[in-house]
Amino acid sequence: MGGPAHSSAETLTFRDATKHYPGSPTPAVDGLSLEVPAGEICVLVGPSGCGKTTAMRMVNRMIDITSGDILLGDRSVKDRKPAELRREIGYVIQQIGLFPHRTIADNVATVPKLLGWDKKRITSRVDELLELVGLAPHEMRSRFPAQLSGGQRQRVGVARALAVDPSVMLMDEPFGAIDPINRERLQNEFLRLQAELRKTIVFVTHDIDEAIKMGDRIAIMQEGGRLAQYAPPAELLMSPASEFVEDFVGADRALKRLALQRVRDIDLWTAPTCRVGDSTDEVRRRIADADIDIPLLVDEHGHPIGWLSERGLTGERVREELRSRAEPTVDLDDILRDALSDLLAADTLYGPVVDAQGRLAGVLSMQVISSALTITDPGNVPAPADLAS
Amino acid sequence: MIGPPLAQDGFLRERGGDSCVADNGFCPQWIADNFDRYVDPFFEHVYLTVVPVAIGFLIALAMGLLAHRRRALIGPLNGFTTALYTIPSPAMLLLLLPVTGRGNTTALVALTAYTQVIIFRNVINGLSNVPAEMVDAAAGMGMTGRQRLFRVEVPLALPEILAGVRIAAATTVGLAAFAYLAGAGGLGAQIDAQITFKSNVVVAGGLATLLAAALDLGVLGVQRALTPWRRAAVG
Repeated sequence: MGGPAHSSAETLTFRDATKHYPGSPTPAVDGLSLEVPAGEICVLVGPSGCGKTTAMRMVNRMIDITSGDILLGDRSVKDRKPAELRREIGYVIQQIGLFPHRTIADNVATVPKLLGWDKKRITSRVDELLELVGLAPHEMRSRFPAQLSGGQRQRVGVARALAVDPSVMLMDEPFGAIDPINRERLQNEFLRLQAELRKTIVFVTHDIDEAIKMGDRIAIMQEGGRLAQYAPPAELLMSPASEFVEDFVGADRALKRLALQRVRDIDLWTAPTCRVGDSTDEVRRRIADADIDIPLLVDEHGHPIGWLSERGLTGERVREELRSRAEPTVDLDDILRDALSDLLAADTLYGPVVDAQGRLAGVLSMQVISSALTITDPGNVPAPADLAS
Repeated sequence: MIGPPLAQDGFLRERGGDSCVADNGFCPQWIADNFDRYVDPFFEHVYLTVVPVAIGFLIALAMGLLAHRRRALIGPLNGFTTALYTIPSPAMLLLLLPVTGRGNTTALVALTAYTQVIIFRNVINGLSNVPAEMVDAAAGMGMTGRQRLFRVEVPLALPEILAGVRIAAATTVGLAAFAYLAGAGGLGAQIDAQITFKSNVVVAGGLATLLAAALDLGVLGVQRALTPWRRAAVG
């Protein structure tokens, strides 16, 4: 990927920012104060009409604030000319908003052209961006948006928003119009991209699961444009600040935390491993030291083969007498929710965990998962951007 | 008005008593022999159509762009252009005579006026039908109002605007047939000269129809050339 040095992200600060439409009894956004640290994703989430989109649009002055202030770095957005300010802020909307009459290259080049870049610089930047979002420049450049799939259009939308390397990006339900399977993939791709680019991002969604997945911090808003809670996802799930937040995150909030952790993040059980031909006495000693008392047979590369039956240990040397295959095997990179689902589907209480090369890395059990869920220190929970890498 | 061809000595003498002409039939031979008398009126007719449509397009586009930004103007301008359109064409020409005199100017002014209602409405509708998210995306990326208008809204409204121009062109071909009432010539004068002679009416009328079709195809061609994106499909 590479490319030019990315401009440093800036801190975004809402200071008592309020939007009150004349004639409306309640403000659309009521005294919103929060700080988005540079390089983090802040998700604004809440029910319809809670003011989340209004709050986002106040940042690039698509909507002007009535009182209070919004600071980009240490400069107030109120001191900037709207058009100028907007060119410095990446903008992705739900319908993506690609211009159908312009080619993909021209769409991506929208802001560079407004800024008067020369042709050569624009061409090379467009190619670089298309590659960055996983599209082949020579195939895509001269196509029109109607010739692309929904997922491809979404990627072009992100490339266009990144065109002049903005320090801040605004994304309004950017994956809203994508089918669930592709949405998941695009979310992961975007998190990988963000792990590299480290933009300050305001991300609007109504979907709490998406908020938990995408957000370094989540701002839950409620009717009347009020901020109900602003916290990292794990904290939000473990200690909701109000009944509203508790209801909004859902009764299954403890289970939702399973999506925040990967198998590699938790303490796995050790298994007593053995190979065909090992001394059975030695294996019995290992069983005594391990967390689980069933020996796991592995091959010469360390790939798990299956759980050994009692009969495999009856002689002096281990024989290949399996009690069951080593299924399911869980990936170190799986999120706990998927891993748990695998165990449940296989009707088993534990399963071997393997690394990217398929080598045994430990054993995941129901007990391990449940103790991971009862850890109360949210500081141990890694940021989602790290999860994606 | 001039009487039927039978009563026209000149005609019969010219054609040496051709029985087809005498019977007021459809006479290919007569048409072939007399085609040159249609050439000048035809080009006058082209002029009387193309110039009003071109000027009318510019005026209606300007009014449309203005009204798109100041929406309070849409109602009054719609009313005004509709009122113009409802004036019967002979009346319009006669009303203009004292102002602009006999000749092309009167015809051009009247014909231009008639194009307004069609093109203006299509400009306004075309601009209003541009999806809101396009305008939002354009604004959100930092386009000024003018940039938004000319880089996004007008290009996207172009198919509808040009559809208006096509209808206006076809309508004007028809209305230009009355231009001779103001002394401006065109195929109308030719039709009226021998209005009861079938061959004459068929040729003059046929040329007008051909002109309308040619202009329609011409504008359609321009539209297709300007909007390659509309033919782009998945695949």
